[in-house]
Amino acid sequence: MSAPEQLPDPLDTVALDAAVSAALADIAAAGDIAALKAVRSQHVGDKSHLALANRAIATLPGPDKAAAGKNLGPRKGRVAQAVAARQVELEAERDEQVLRTEAVDVTLPTNRIPRGARHPIELRQERIADFFVGIGWEIADGPEVEAEWFNFDALNFGPDHPARQMQDTFYIADSDDGVKSNLVLRTHTSPVQARTLLDRGVPLYIACPGKVFRTDALDATHTPVFHQVEGLAVDKGLTMANLVGTLDAFARAMFGPEARTRLRPSFFPFTEPSAEMDLWFPQKKGGPGWIEWGGCGMVHPNVLRAAGIDPDVYSGFAFGMGIERTLMLRHSIADMHDIVEGDVRFSTQFGTEIY
Amino acid sequence: MPRIVTDWLADHVELPDDLTADRLAHDLVKVGLEEEEVHPAAVSGPLVVGRVLELTPEEQKNGKTINWCLVDVGPEHNATQIKGVDDADVPTGGARGIVCGAHNFGVGDLVAVSLPGTVLPGGFEIAARKTYGHVSDGMICSTAELGMGDDGGHGILVLTEAGFDAADLEPGQDAVELLGLGDEVLEINVTPDRGYAFSYRGVAREYSHSTGAVFTDRGLPESLPTPPPAATSDGFAVEVDDVSPLDDQVGCDRFVTRIVRGIDPSAPTPAWMKRRLEGSGMRSISLAVDVTNYVMLDLGQPLHAYDLDQVAAPIVVRRATAGERLTTLDDVDRALDTEDLLITDSPEGARGARVLGLAGVMGGESSEVSTVTTDVLVEAAHFDPVTVARTARRHRLPSEAAKRFERCVDPQLPAVAAQRAVDLLVELAGGTADAAVGDLDHTGAPPQMALDVTLPSRVAGVPYTRDQVVGILRTIGCTVTEGVAGYVNVTPPTWRPDLTEPVTFVEEILRVAGYDEIPSVLPAAPGGRGLDLSQRTRRSVARALAEAGLVEVLTYPFIGEADLDALGLPSADPRRRALRLANPLADDKPLLRTNLLVTLLEAARRNVSRGLSDVAVFEIGLVTRPASDAPPAPQLPVAVRPTPAELDRLAAAVPDQPRRVAGVLTGNALPAGWWGEGRPVDWADAVEAARLVAHIADVEVTVEADADHMPWHPGRCARITLTDGTLVGHAGELHPKVLESLGLPPRTCAFEVDLSVLLDAASGDPVVARPVSSFPVAKEDFAFVVDAATPAAEVRAAVVAGGGDLLEDVTLFDVFTGAQVGEGKKSLAYSLRLRAADHTLSADEVRAVRDAVVASAAERVGAELRG
Repeated sequence: MSAPEQLPDPLDTVALDAAVSAALADIAAAGDIAALKAVRSQHVGDKSHLALANRAIATLPGPDKAAAGKNLGPRKGRVAQAVAARQVELEAERDEQVLRTEAVDVTLPTNRIPRGARHPIELRQERIADFFVGIGWEIADGPEVEAEWFNFDALNFGPDHPARQMQDTFYIADSDDGVKSNLVLRTHTSPVQARTLLDRGVPLYIACPGKVFRTDALDATHTPVFHQVEGLAVDKGLTMANLVGTLDAFARAMFGPEARTRLRPSFFPFTEPSAEMDLWFPQKKGGPGWIEWGGCGMVHPNVLRAAGIDPDVYSGFAFGMGIERTLMLRHSIADMHDIVEGDVRFSTQFGTEIY
Repeated sequence: MPRIVTDWLADHVELPDDLTADRLAHDLVKVGLEEEEVHPAAVSGPLVVGRVLELTPEEQKNGKTINWCLVDVGPEHNATQIKGVDDADVPTGGARGIVCGAHNFGVGDLVAVSLPGTVLPGGFEIAARKTYGHVSDGMICSTAELGMGDDGGHGILVLTEAGFDAADLEPGQDAVELLGLGDEVLEINVTPDRGYAFSYRGVAREYSHSTGAVFTDRGLPESLPTPPPAATSDGFAVEVDDVSPLDDQVGCDRFVTRIVRGIDPSAPTPAWMKRRLEGSGMRSISLAVDVTNYVMLDLGQPLHAYDLDQVAAPIVVRRATAGERLTTLDDVDRALDTEDLLITDSPEGARGARVLGLAGVMGGESSEVSTVTTDVLVEAAHFDPVTVARTARRHRLPSEAAKRFERCVDPQLPAVAAQRAVDLLVELAGGTADAAVGDLDHTGAPPQMALDVTLPSRVAGVPYTRDQVVGILRTIGCTVTEGVAGYVNVTPPTWRPDLTEPVTFVEEILRVAGYDEIPSVLPAAPGGRGLDLSQRTRRSVARALAEAGLVEVLTYPFIGEADLDALGLPSADPRRRALRLANPLADDKPLLRTNLLVTLLEAARRNVSRGLSDVAVFEIGLVTRPASDAPPAPQLPVAVRPTPAELDRLAAAVPDQPRRVAGVLTGNALPAGWWGEGRPVDWADAVEAARLVAHIADVEVTVEADADHMPWHPGRCARITLTDGTLVGHAGELHPKVLESLGLPPRTCAFEVDLSVLLDAASGDPVVARPVSSFPVAKEDFAFVVDAATPAAEVRAAVVAGGGDLLEDVTLFDVFTGAQVGEGKKSLAYSLRLRAADHTLSADEVRAVRDAVVASAAERVGAELRG
């Protein structure tokens, strides 16, 4: 034990206040956690004025003990609080500093995993399918190498029908021993109509997107392999007004709320009445205007008969349009080569979703 | 397709004076005659009539002689000073100096002169130019230069020789107007059902339907100045002897003959007729031929003019016999087919022995009218459309006549058309119409049909009144009478053989009333089932591959043998059995692809050649896999549902066309960048892509090595099968030789998977979910040493078998070869996650699993646990 006279007097509030002031000043001045630790040891540690004064309380006569305790308690508390507060401050500063040093250049490229893309023709076909599914239709498909009967005769193109000659058809070669194949690359998606009518019967509401073939050489606006979507509805009481309504709704879904369609009389063997369909295209280059979009009409009774359906009971409508054309219009694609050449720089522009 | 000269059209229907080609196109399209093209005015600028005043032949050093001409082009255009000509020598009234290389004209001739500033067909602009020592201040034009057809090299167009009367011509007169070269000409597209619109008569009728303009039907006998005479007993003898009609249709049911004698063979075609013919896209040949063409364009009835002296009665219309030949007017010697319908005559009494022409398609040389023909036999007949169509197709002769006959010609036109031709020949060539008239007529009246007057309304969804329906039917030429309740009896006009069913009349009502009357009403479908499993799977596969970094492309399915050779396919490989096109676009690509890679590799190569080094592409599409013994498809009729047996035959003939998905990957799979090196594509990327496809389809597949499947690397090729062994596809690195021959970078990888096989195998059944256990996990690691040749898949299978029900997951985290594991060995390190569904695993249970795994691996693949 040290001599009592070496301990500060716990009743000397002036000295105590001076010690508190010194402690608070040092705490505030502590620049980092290590400095605060030293300050704490100096002002709160065993050798500190307040700690020693506290120890001296035991040496005081009874009546002074209580007064001394009252002197010391709050003063020690203030110092301890100041240390703790400063500790929090300094830790926060330290943490901030660490985060600052961890900063990176967030503008660096981040493409460490390559992004793929869908072909816009495929995406457009999916959007078209979505539209038709949305109005309660189903999606059908069929083979690309097709029996002539499905491609032509079932659709009321007899063997000598002039329209059959106008289709620029790819024919499958006869066998080595001269047997006619009677197969073609389908010239339109309409054979799917015939197949689906035979398979599923009526009522029937289907859309058939798919690949079709004509003997046109590739240039900026033609390609021997292209895509169409065919629509077919057969039910009791369907009218040409229903055809117009379907086309208008489809046009709006593809080209926006201002789009609409217009029909012009035409001829197709598989529809009667038949029409060419024009689209009011708000985004047309050089101002809104009509552009040719496809063909349509009321299903010819012979097409229904070829599927064993009574044309006196059922009626229907059908339509078809080129998807390349829709895509080129929608996305300002000037050259067909871009669509067919398989250059990834073309597909990549579209990503995995199309609008 | 027909071109419409406006003033000719005005012969048939009232037209506004200011009718432009664009306006006409607009009016016609409303009723279904679509614009094909508006041909611009052939000539613009100062093309004028000129009179040759002086002509000096000048021989040139090159041996050629040119003519230095002074031409009077009218006071407005003449020059009083001509460079290189003494002012004193300039004719009074002036002239222009023009150099001309042609020699078929002389002083005094009236010619067409294009003065500087004229633009001739082809954008050829005329300017004054120095040539052969003169300044040529314009050009004396030939027919070819004016775009009026190639006249066979006759040279300069001398107007008086071209049917113009000198009295009507004056130097300086506008020759653009005179020659009809200043009008835009509308060309329309006639659909196959409207053969009658292949004439001014038909187009005028449609114009009238569209605009209400007054139409005069010049195809009716009463419209002629003198109606056609009835047949006489001494008419030129004609017999139809069709022993093998096509589809029971006799090849010829009408044959009118008329004779005009004593025509002047040198009479020129009048300018107005020439202008109209040429404006309509037809060349002027000779007056007799021009007259037949003129009447054909005017009314739609093809005619043929024979030199009467070269035809021996009777004319016999018959099918060709095997081995017969004919040299047609186009100077081609043709072998005839027994289906060809012929016009023949009977020289020296040999009935039908000599072939004169292919009926309705093209005449022969022998009986052609010539420069000495004075007596003309005019044929106006009606032929079976199918016969004509087949012959035209067989001999590749889409003549003007054939185009009309195959689209059906009005069978009541021949007499009227023949009368028109006779009238024109008499008027223009000075002939005399023979009183003998032949008219073999087996045509019947068009069938009358009962039409429900409410049908048009029910088809269109527009309430047409009965009066409207009847009115429109009469407008288009039908005869309409009252029928049973609610019906009318309709007889179509003879020029509308396409009106065969009630709906065909309906179309007439709708189009004449106007398609724009039809409202827009979206029908309520009964509600579909959405996309089916196959459609959804296709989308998911495509999206998954795209999100895995591959780019979708589409390629043409056309390939050649060389493309299959490049893949190194052995000669017996089934992928070499490909369908062949009869008419490929490119001779070196006549086959249809039997796999996707063959065309996709080319797309990859194109990308690489365009400077892209990291390329990952995929395609989803059909391939064609013909059976070696596929039967031909049956030919079946229209409008009849095939029997089940016929449908089976159709199905058997259409080759298998599975849907495939293929991908090609080259360069880096993960790119290099500021973060460091890239990771090159390797075989595993291709196999993973194939596995991904199977995963999306929710089908379990087996992967094993395939050392023998081109175009893959024999040591780096995975064969992917269903668990029952059905082949799904292949994936891995491609064979270096294949890559070299295709020009693709080394180590390029690829996969091709049959989506159809996967879809067939997919159950589509809902997943039965296992409960997720929340009891603690136990982790156990193993390192097994096995023979280096042991497939990892087998080791894994052994581990899984040993792990039993408690095994939740197994991961191969290391493959190691080296001295430590011994020569010919490898070490495979697995991490297992064990968990029970209903309790915490005890140490004993874990130990038991561990022992079972070790035992299974030892037993199945001879694995030793590495110490």
